[in-house]
Amino acid sequence: MSDVLAVTEHRRGELRDVSHELITAGRQLADATGGDLHLAVISGNVEEYAEKLDRRGVTEIHTVDYGEEFNHDVYVQAIEALYDAIGPQYVIAPNTVNGLDYAPAVAQRLDLPLVTDAVDMTVDDGLSVTREFYAGKTEGDVDVAGEGALVTIRPGEWPGAEGVGDAVVDAFDVEVDEGAVRSTVTGYQEVGAGDVDISEAEVLVSVGRGIEEEENIALIEELADAMGATVSSSRPIVDNGWLPQDRQVGQSGKKVTPDVYIAIGISGAVQHVAGMKGSDTIIAINNDPSAPIFDIADYGIVDDLFDVVPALTEEFE
Amino acid sequence: MKILVTVTEVAEADDEFEIDGLSIDERYLTYDLNEWDNYAVEEAVQIGEEHDDVEVVTATVGPERAEETIRQALAKGADRAVRVWDDQLADATMIDAATKARLLAAVAEEEDPDLVLAGVQSNDVAFGATGVALAAELGFEWAAVVNQLDLDADAGVASVHRELEGGVEELTDVELPAVLTIQTGINEPRYASLRGIRQAQSKPLDVHAPADLGVDLGESTLSLTSLEEPETESNVTLFEGSAEETASELAEFLKERGVGV
Repeated sequence: MSDVLAVTEHRRGELRDVSHELITAGRQLADATGGDLHLAVISGNVEEYAEKLDRRGVTEIHTVDYGEEFNHDVYVQAIEALYDAIGPQYVIAPNTVNGLDYAPAVAQRLDLPLVTDAVDMTVDDGLSVTREFYAGKTEGDVDVAGEGALVTIRPGEWPGAEGVGDAVVDAFDVEVDEGAVRSTVTGYQEVGAGDVDISEAEVLVSVGRGIEEEENIALIEELADAMGATVSSSRPIVDNGWLPQDRQVGQSGKKVTPDVYIAIGISGAVQHVAGMKGSDTIIAINNDPSAPIFDIADYGIVDDLFDVVPALTEEFE
Repeated sequence: MKILVTVTEVAEADDEFEIDGLSIDERYLTYDLNEWDNYAVEEAVQIGEEHDDVEVVTATVGPERAEETIRQALAKGADRAVRVWDDQLADATMIDAATKARLLAAVAEEEDPDLVLAGVQSNDVAFGATGVALAAELGFEWAAVVNQLDLDADAGVASVHRELEGGVEELTDVELPAVLTIQTGINEPRYASLRGIRQAQSKPLDVHAPADLGVDLGESTLSLTSLEEPETESNVTLFEGSAEETASELAEFLKERGVGV
């Protein structure tokens, strides 16, 4: 009982990057416990996924060939069956929308302590998980009492595993109780296929909560017009209906990589940063010098956007 | 039809703050209704406006201070509230999702709702686990991160959109009774009217200890052992001066790189 089981993730025929990150995180835990690293690959083209997941450090890959796409009721049953068969000490899963759709239910069914959104893990006397508190303003260590645990890991925190492995592939048979599958995926929908594709823009002027009122969005549009740039935004602006959904940069919106990204009144929450950190040059305008956006910005102005933005527009007119 | 909405009070830290032990110093904290729960309450109230005979009950695990937050939900249109708390909960450094799920499940078993709405996560602790853990505890079906909800109460099905990463939504039919965790942006939460705020003062708010609900808390599986401000690795170059000066410097910098020329 020192093994680690990592549950990989795929969507619409593609393995997601976090699956390879789970191998790195799982290996880190297994090295600390002196155990083996097992992967679970559930639904879809499991053989193809298993081949792509055979990286250095993986001991065994368990494939559950049942259904095509993610269904949490199937995942919960499959993970429970794998847990009983393997008897791992720790189970890890991605802290994604789908990960959070099954991990709490699995923890409840297996009576395992659950810690979500881990950015680091150490095993000493027991497991200790580092995660953020107070909307990313602080970081704390959570100690887990008892032997086992289920932990979800934040995507992008561990590097993806590399190297060719020599894992054993085990076609694992789960008798899925179909009566317990009480939700059905009926389709997928791409959101916001508007006229503007912000992921193609070379210069983005991006606006966040700091703009305060809908009518102030005009200030940002005037600046973008004067600069020949495209307007994008962080989540709250779209939630408020002030800009259409296809303008949203971030984890649930679009990933952008412009030459220049100007973040105006955006604090820089991790979900937003995930969508724009690949930009060439990042410029932040924000009146809060401790805003996390300044941690990734190359250039910045700490001042009231309502003073800076009109002045900047004037410079380009 | 009865809808139970889980409502939590969250602490928001000022831009500048000090840490006192395992928490941010009270002086730098402001308490408010959790942003995600605000959308969940709105969704429940809207369902109540669209259907006949809907009762909306809120359930909260939290201290007496949270009653201000609960009254906000009542002022927006919830009918009744239940709050659960005791000294043991107050003393814990962390309350894990399983404990919250057991407490909320005990409330749900008394209330017998057709639908439970929870926020996707809380602003401050952000475990994002209570709703799904609650569903598992109750034996309800569930869906996490819902940003569109169409309820067919007669057929006993909720047709939802789940907001996945990267601008993709999953369309799912969920059998009732179910727990749905509600994402921000699903609706436009209302502001409480003055009349609503007045009425909220006289709406029932029942308080229970876990023991009253037959829940034995046991030992906590999680404990917070440290809290600190993360070290930042900022390499930012700041433009300094008045707004006119910084705007002019930034414009010059951008023009040198071919922007707007």
